[in-house]
Parts: sequence; structure tokens; C-alpha cells
Amino acid sequence: MKNFFVYFFSFLLLMNCTSKEKDFYTPVAYNLEIPTLFSDKLIAPIIPVDKPLTIEGVALGKKLFFDKILSKDNTQSCATCHNPAKAFTDNKQFSKGVSGNFGKRNTMPLFNLAWNFDELFTWNGKEFGLETQALEPVTNPIEMHADWVNIAEKLNQNETYRNLFSQAFDSEKIDSTLVTKAIAQFERTLISGNSKFDKYLQGEATLTENETNGFNVFMDEERGDCFHCHGSNNNPLWTDNKFHNNGLDEDFTDLGLGKITGDPNDNGKFKSPSIRNLAFTAPYMHDGRFTTLDEVINHYSEGLKRSSTIDPLMKKINQGGVNLTAKDKADLKAFLLTLTDNEFVNNPAFQK
Amino acid sequence: MMKKITFTLLISILFFTNCKDDKDCCVFPENITTTINFTHNWNGKEITNQELNELKFTTENGEKISIERLRYLISNLSLVGSNNQFLIDFGENSGSSISVTDISPGTYNLKFTFGLQDKDNKDGEYQLLNSVNFNVPAMLGGGYHYMQFDGKFLNNNDEETGFNFHAIRAVDRTNPNDLKFEDTSFEVDLGSIKIVKNTTIEIKMNVAEWFKNPNTWNLNELNTVLMPNFEAQKMISANGKSVFTLGKIN
Repeated sequence: MKNFFVYFFSFLLLMNCTSKEKDFYTPVAYNLEIPTLFSDKLIAPIIPVDKPLTIEGVALGKKLFFDKILSKDNTQSCATCHNPAKAFTDNKQFSKGVSGNFGKRNTMPLFNLAWNFDELFTWNGKEFGLETQALEPVTNPIEMHADWVNIAEKLNQNETYRNLFSQAFDSEKIDSTLVTKAIAQFERTLISGNSKFDKYLQGEATLTENETNGFNVFMDEERGDCFHCHGSNNNPLWTDNKFHNNGLDEDFTDLGLGKITGDPNDNGKFKSPSIRNLAFTAPYMHDGRFTTLDEVINHYSEGLKRSSTIDPLMKKINQGGVNLTAKDKADLKAFLLTLTDNEFVNNPAFQK
Repeated sequence: MMKKITFTLLISILFFTNCKDDKDCCVFPENITTTINFTHNWNGKEITNQELNELKFTTENGEKISIERLRYLISNLSLVGSNNQFLIDFGENSGSSISVTDISPGTYNLKFTFGLQDKDNKDGEYQLLNSVNFNVPAMLGGGYHYMQFDGKFLNNNDEETGFNFHAIRAVDRTNPNDLKFEDTSFEVDLGSIKIVKNTTIEIKMNVAEWFKNPNTWNLNELNTVLMPNFEAQKMISANGKSVFTLGKIN
């Protein structure tokens, strides 16, 4: 009889534990829709095993991305500078922070970030990993100028956020780690892979004669030779995600990668941006010095400046560059614009 | 007493039978790990990626050069089997150590292909190589680079000038509508190696040989836009054949 009571109470205790476990919410795995061209041509995107995408995590990341709560005075969100309608840039040479200060680098667009295989982010590769990158703008005095302790406090006082974080991460305490985890999840879903050129590669669109010649200029080592750094029909990222000195200056006011590595041989090197969505991402270069695509093409054609770290892929420096004809320049521009992905900038999943 | 003796005997038989079985059935040939390390030197003096971007090397033709980017592809490495590709990036110090974990003791012929044989050089086929931008434009026949070797040299006017010593399958574009190809990949045969225990094999690349033998390379004449240059590609291939040698085996 004594044993019966022991078993009975043990059973009740276990039942109690089981019912408590049922209260925990299990987030639902997010199905990342990878364009066929990407899955055919590229290795798998970087999604850390301990940071899987979930529907709740992505939704929370999106909410945070568009919420001004992350700035010191609730006046700016990530989207203030990273506007989805502009391929997540802001069309300004330099962006103004909450305190009225300006940075010295152009806002980078955000797409296909999960395929940055080296995981080095920003123009100078300062940040390793998307989560780490997302930490920085919140506290940067020339950007959102906030304090993570205060941000966490504001979020912890917000019941909606408490519930959302609980669902996404099974955590009752919100902190910078969870905030950046959520934002990084949202950022990994920002995929741009449906431009006219993508459709052309899949037999769903036709290029004009000018666009075809422009693509050939891009791929021709004797003319544009753009493909060595900016991808090709076999690399739909349209960037190598590496750092190069592309001949902008003889002397460097901004050391770029060199500031991070401390190696003078890296001075003046900046990340090759993707050439997707250039129609939305003006102005161009790390310091936004070129307002138009024509200026960019002219730079590579006849505006190169010699310096100690200029990339050997920059040819004919004594002549200022590859000296494209007017027709080749116009056609190259026409080709570049075929990488415009209107579906991406209008994707409802990426809007506020 | 008889019962005790029988029991002891039975246990002994079982024990020894068990040992015998172990010897006959459960001892497998030992699989060993072989590591192949690619090292790089300039005429015998070892170089590392800490020496990039310095005009410190002198070619056979007397030009001072720097190495800024050196990455190359080998395939069909014999110890691994067929249909394999390895990208070795000297600048980023990646891919230069290849570990083979499932080979049995024995004597092996160590050989590989520099680049990709025509039958393997399929445009856009290899995701890893696409992901690191190693492709060759379709106007040159597509497929992949065998090597991207970029740097600078002091030209005859003492100006630092870039060179792009890129190796691909040679293509004659005399008639762009009828490209003629020549497979300029080549086999590197380093001979027989006996492997009986965990072994490290060094394969040495003498970078200077690319500019040396049999063609003394004049960078003032041939420096960039070598990919569409049919004759230059054949010369690169010819020089490459003396680039690799077998180093230490430990």
C-alpha cells in the first residue's frame, strides 16, 4: 500500500512536469526560398547551426529592423538608412545619425548577405558575422547613438516584445544578443535573384543587342574585365565579396581594410559591392563619390589613379584605364541595369 | 571435482576460441591518414603569404615582381580517387593541406592534374569554384581558371605595373564563331610513394619556374590579357610542367 502511494504521487509529479513543458512555445522552422540559380550555381548559404531561421525569429527581426525603438531618441530605425524601396540603401552620399552627425561611408545595400562566405561585413570588413554587424550601428555615436542596456530595458518593458522574444527564443529576458540574432534572421531572408538577367539565364527573357554587347564588355578581359571581381552568369551574387583597391585615389584619407588589419598593403582596399540593383543604390563607391553609373564606368575606363596598393586587375593605369568606346560604355550600363530586381524592392515580406 | 574440472575446461576453450576468432575475423587492415601539403618557394627559398605585395622576387628575365594573389586548381589527385578538385589559395593560406583519411597501407603513384582536363572542365558545373569566382567567360569557351596569379613588376621604365598571369584552357579566337581549343592542363606525376603509416607528403611549387623554363617570360611583353592569348596559354602550360616537385615525406 505504501508503495502504491509512492508510485501514485510520482506519476502525478511527472504529469505535472509534462504539462509544464507543453507551455513552452516551439518556433516554427522558416523555409528559406532559394532561387534556382543560386542553388544550382552556389554552395549553401551561411546559416549558423545554432542560429536557425524560424518564422517567429524572422518576423521579430523584421519588426525590430523597422522600429525606431533601437535608437537613442526613438527617431531612427535600421530602415531609416536601409530603405527596402532602395534595395536597403538611402540614396544619400552619407547618412545622418540621430545626433545630426554624418558618417564618412556610403550606406551599403542589404541583400544576399547569407552568401557572403567569408562573413566579413561592411566596406572595410570590420565585422565578422551578421549578428556582430547588427550590434554596431545601435551604439555608434554617428548612427543610432544608443546604449544597449537602455535598449534592452525599453524592450523588456514592452509586453508585445516580451511575448515575441519568448516565442522566438524561449527567453523572458531581452538583451542585445537576442535582438541581433533576430535582426540577422530577417536579413538572411533578403534575397535578390529575380532580375531581367536572371530571367534571361533561365530562358524567360531576351536581352537587347545593346545589353548583350554590354554583358560581353563586362566579361571581356580585353575590354571591361569586370568579371574577375564582380561575378558572372555562373556567380549570381555579382560580387566576390573580397577587398580591392580599385584606383580611386593616389593617397588615402580612408584606409579601408588597412585600418582593420593594420597591414599597409591593405590600405585603400574596400569590399566589392554586388552590381545587382544599381538602379536603386546610387551614389556609388565606399564614399558615395559618384552620383551616376556613367561616372562609375568613366572611372574604370579612364579615371584610374595609381597607388601602391592598386589591384593588379586594374589595367592600363598609365592611360587611366581600359578606355572603352562610347558605345561599349552605354551598352555596359544597359547590361548593368538588367540586374535590377523590381520584385525584390517591392517584396511585401520586406516592407514595414 | 569432475564438475569443477569440466567447468574450467569449458571456460578455457571458450576463452581461447574467442581469442582465435579475434585474430581471424576482427583484425582489419589499418587505415591511415595521409596529409599532402603544398608549399611554395622561389628558386628553393620558401615563401609564405606574409611576403605578399613586395617587389622582392626576380624573374629569370630579370624583372622584379611581387605576388599579390596566387590561387590555383588541381584535380584528379590520385590518392583521393578520380573526379576531385582542390583550390589552393596561397594568398589566403587556404586549401594547401589536403588530408586523405581512408587509404590502406601500400605503394601509390602520386599524381594530379594541374587545372582541369577538358572532359572535366564543364562550364558552371562546380558550385565551390563558382562561389569563389573562378570561372572563365563563355566567349573563351567557359569552364574554369587553372590559376590566377596576379602581382606587379617593375617595367622597363621602372614603373610598377600589374600582371595577370592567368592560366586557362588555350583558345584560338581567330574566328569567334569557331573557337579552337587546346587542353593546356597537364599531369604532374611525382612517382611512387610507399605509405605504411600516417604520412605527410610535401609538394613544392617553385613559383619562379612559371617564368623560366622552357620559356623565359618577358613581363614587359606579356603581362595582362593573357586569357585570350592562345600562344601565351601554351607557354604557361609548358613552363608549368617543371613547377611542381616532390618534397619531404614524413
